[in-house]
Amino acid sequence: MTATDRSQATEERAGVPMLDVRDLRVSYRGGERAMPAVRGVSFTLDRGQTLGIAGESGSGKSTMALSLLRLLPSSAEVSGQVLFEGEDLLTAKWARLRAVRWSAASVVFQGAMSALNPVRTIGEQICEPILLHDKIGQKAARARAAELLDSVGVPSRRLGSYPHEFSGGQRQRIMIAMALACRPDLIIADEPTTALDVMVQAQVLNLLGELVRESGIGVIMISHDLSVLSHMCERLAVMYAGQIAEIGPSKQLISEPRHPYTRALGRAFPTIGDPASRLAPAGLPGDPPTPSELAKLDESRGCAFEPRCPEAVDACRTETVELWPSGPGREAACLRVLEGSGA
Amino acid sequence: MKPVLEVRDLMVTYPARRGAPPARAVDGVNLQVRQGEIVALVGESGCGKSTLARALVGLVKPTSGQVLSDGEPLGYSAAALKAYRRHTQLVLQDPGGALNPRQNVFDAVAEGPRLHGLTDQLGERVHTALAKAGLRPPEQFAGRFPHEMSGGQQQRVVIAGALALEPSVIVADEPVASLDASVRGEILKLILELRDSLGLSALVVSHDLGLAWNIADRVAVMYLGRIVETGTVEEVLLRPKHPYTRALLSVLPDSGEPPVLLTGEPPDPTSVPGGCRFHPRCPLRAAEKDARCDGEDLPVLTGDPSASSLAACHLVQ
Repeated sequence: MTATDRSQATEERAGVPMLDVRDLRVSYRGGERAMPAVRGVSFTLDRGQTLGIAGESGSGKSTMALSLLRLLPSSAEVSGQVLFEGEDLLTAKWARLRAVRWSAASVVFQGAMSALNPVRTIGEQICEPILLHDKIGQKAARARAAELLDSVGVPSRRLGSYPHEFSGGQRQRIMIAMALACRPDLIIADEPTTALDVMVQAQVLNLLGELVRESGIGVIMISHDLSVLSHMCERLAVMYAGQIAEIGPSKQLISEPRHPYTRALGRAFPTIGDPASRLAPAGLPGDPPTPSELAKLDESRGCAFEPRCPEAVDACRTETVELWPSGPGREAACLRVLEGSGA
Repeated sequence: MKPVLEVRDLMVTYPARRGAPPARAVDGVNLQVRQGEIVALVGESGCGKSTLARALVGLVKPTSGQVLSDGEPLGYSAAALKAYRRHTQLVLQDPGGALNPRQNVFDAVAEGPRLHGLTDQLGERVHTALAKAGLRPPEQFAGRFPHEMSGGQQQRVVIAGALALEPSVIVADEPVASLDASVRGEILKLILELRDSLGLSALVVSHDLGLAWNIADRVAVMYLGRIVETGTVEEVLLRPKHPYTRALLSVLPDSGEPPVLLTGEPPDPTSVPGGCRFHPRCPLRAAEKDARCDGEDLPVLTGDPSASSLAACHLVQ
């Protein structure tokens, strides 16, 4: 599809969001029973929008993100709908899905060292998706790869180098260059800076932010670090136990969280200079539910966060909790949102 | 106040590999930890902070300089080290890797006391350590194996193992880096509680300045083998002097200041620049163009714990 084709197609679908995820559920088959990892997630994302997905390990955030492009192992059972430009990727044919991957939506994986092929030069690796999808010659692809490398701040003369010859920050930049190779509309970045030092993390985030602003790409960024996400993304979704606990504009979610879990997660990253956190680390007693506990949760009623919630009431154990509107453009899955709409 | 743990002019140099020059991982450090004090040692990867932590517990022998415990220089004979480690314990970063998967919690915590021949009332000792580390009731955890516990609980077992010898100092290398956000706060709370209830001193190594704000009394910022700024947490983190500390603080998401992005990658201990070791990346030098930055070596900071802040920089004195 050329650029003009694509913009025409966009006009035809005016009003339809680029990505519309509806009641996405993923469970892994293990032993006799299925272990649920994602338990009903819905959201939409438009071109040029940035959505951050926060959560602890085991909250299902990576599983959710990878399932969008069907990148999960075959032991995963996925249901629901992932409408990308109106087309359901979960039921699309493999050939069609392969066309979508890279050229329409691409992924920046977490560990650049394990995601890059150690025995091939990075030039070859960046050219591969371009040659596959854009039907251009070897030479043109090479030129485009050089351009991409320069744009992420890695000197293009290093196209012939192997991954081990780069530092961690440079490898992550190369991953971003690869993700941009076919000019996608959507990038899914799974913990793009987790293994990096603060200074290198700031460089990579700065780069990602610039590229997004310039190109109007939609971004889904996954991280455990709420403060990083709130600065990178316009909207934020906080996941707990395979569901969205709260979703809304980043700034509001941080300054006035409505879900007790968002509140706890926000406090876990102290602001230097804030007297409230000086010599007073804030945590949350207890642990997130294990996969087998999640399986039980799926069959019972009540809020998944109730066992750790400092504000739980009796009703939290018996009522079914879902995302309720909690303000303009925001939703929270907490009973107290209902009772305290005015408070 | 007498320091319980101190290093003087410490240098650790790793021998050359395949023609490369030797790596000066720790290149002249003075640091003191006083009774009941928590000191945070922060820096980027490769700055030598883990090597310094290992030298403090006697796992790495310094090339030159001294480690002093209660004013006594550390001996490196097997017997001297064994005696020393009853007094100073190391807590490692990744509890999943630090624990033996085939050993249950009781045996993991009892390993230290058994090595030191403290087998009288071993059960009670182990249970007390588990309870101190927040694994209550201890009986319920003693028979479990690492895979049956969450990351936070595993880290508590590692801490219990250190506490079982009733040490007076704990050196913790990135104790919360591999833990989830909500669990992180709980483990940091535990370190603070142990200080308050047992009078424990601690040196906590981390890349996270927020951790220093959360639990430490003093902080030392390390860059390329040296401490470049040290002082009280309030002074160093709220009124940083050294351009490196300022840059580190400015890139935090909530800093409220325009980020100062240092160019280039963290530097290489096999080729330490002459003059000020930070000069090739220093934004202040780029602005002021002072000849001393490239030409004149800086003295090693004294590490005097009573000074509210010390910075190794030609331009900010």
